[in-house]
Amino acid sequence: MSPATTPVLVVDQVELDLVTKSRAGDQSAFASLVNRYEGKIFRLAMNITQNREDAEDVLQESFLKAYEHLDQFQGNSKFYTWIVRIAVNQALMKLRKRKSDRSVSLDEQIDTGEDIVVREIAAWDPDPEQQLNQGELQTILAEAVDSLAPIYRTVFTLRDVDGLSTEETAEALDLSIPAVKSRLLRARLQLRDRLTKFFKRKGDDAFAYM
Amino acid sequence: MLTCKDFLEELTDYLDEKTDAEIREKLERHIAECPNCWVICDTTKRTLRIYKGMKEYDVPRDVHSRLMVALEKKMATTR
Repeated sequence: MSPATTPVLVVDQVELDLVTKSRAGDQSAFASLVNRYEGKIFRLAMNITQNREDAEDVLQESFLKAYEHLDQFQGNSKFYTWIVRIAVNQALMKLRKRKSDRSVSLDEQIDTGEDIVVREIAAWDPDPEQQLNQGELQTILAEAVDSLAPIYRTVFTLRDVDGLSTEETAEALDLSIPAVKSRLLRARLQLRDRLTKFFKRKGDDAFAYM
Repeated sequence: MLTCKDFLEELTDYLDEKTDAEIREKLERHIAECPNCWVICDTTKRTLRIYKGMKEYDVPRDVHSRLMVALEKKMATTR
């Protein structure tokens, strides 16, 4: 089997124990699961809805639903992947409510592979991020992610920030593996473009490309 | 001979170290000869490194408190 097709299942024993205890009625174990993942779920909800109030609703509804349906969690995937899936559905429902004239899906754009665009080509300074204070850097990074379309933001966050595998991201978002890969490529290239504006070596102009 | 477009299509797998040895060698030969693709590869790699180093997002305290209150209510009624 090539590395590209080998499923990677990293068993998280702490998570597994917390889920088992929660299912047996241990409420403090479930609270520990909440503490573990609420930050990531809130960020995901913010990424999709881009509205703090909606994101808070999504956060609450997701954990309440997970608690209510804990007996339906199969245990053959990570708890985190399962709750991401719940949260994505809740967040999409919020978006649909706000944009009631059209359906909203994370899979609405079909990529043909012909629209990969690279706009900014310039080498970066050796350590550009060291030249900014932490607050400035966080603002630049957050604004760059916010400027992406919801599907790109979501795939990038799950895959490259949270560290889910391509397979887990596909499962959480109910997308095919090629769909995750093509969205990830576009997300990465668009972010790179945006960061290049801030990080390019002084005096360098973009070369012509393709 | 790999084109720049071919290179871009393989970039995600290449950065994730998921390409097989033969393709990897072709991609590396392309980067060595194409300054634009070298820049794209280098800066995309650094983009990922910067984001991976971002600190964990903290839920605002009031949001966390309201979540815990809602959860306690749910727990009191379901178990």
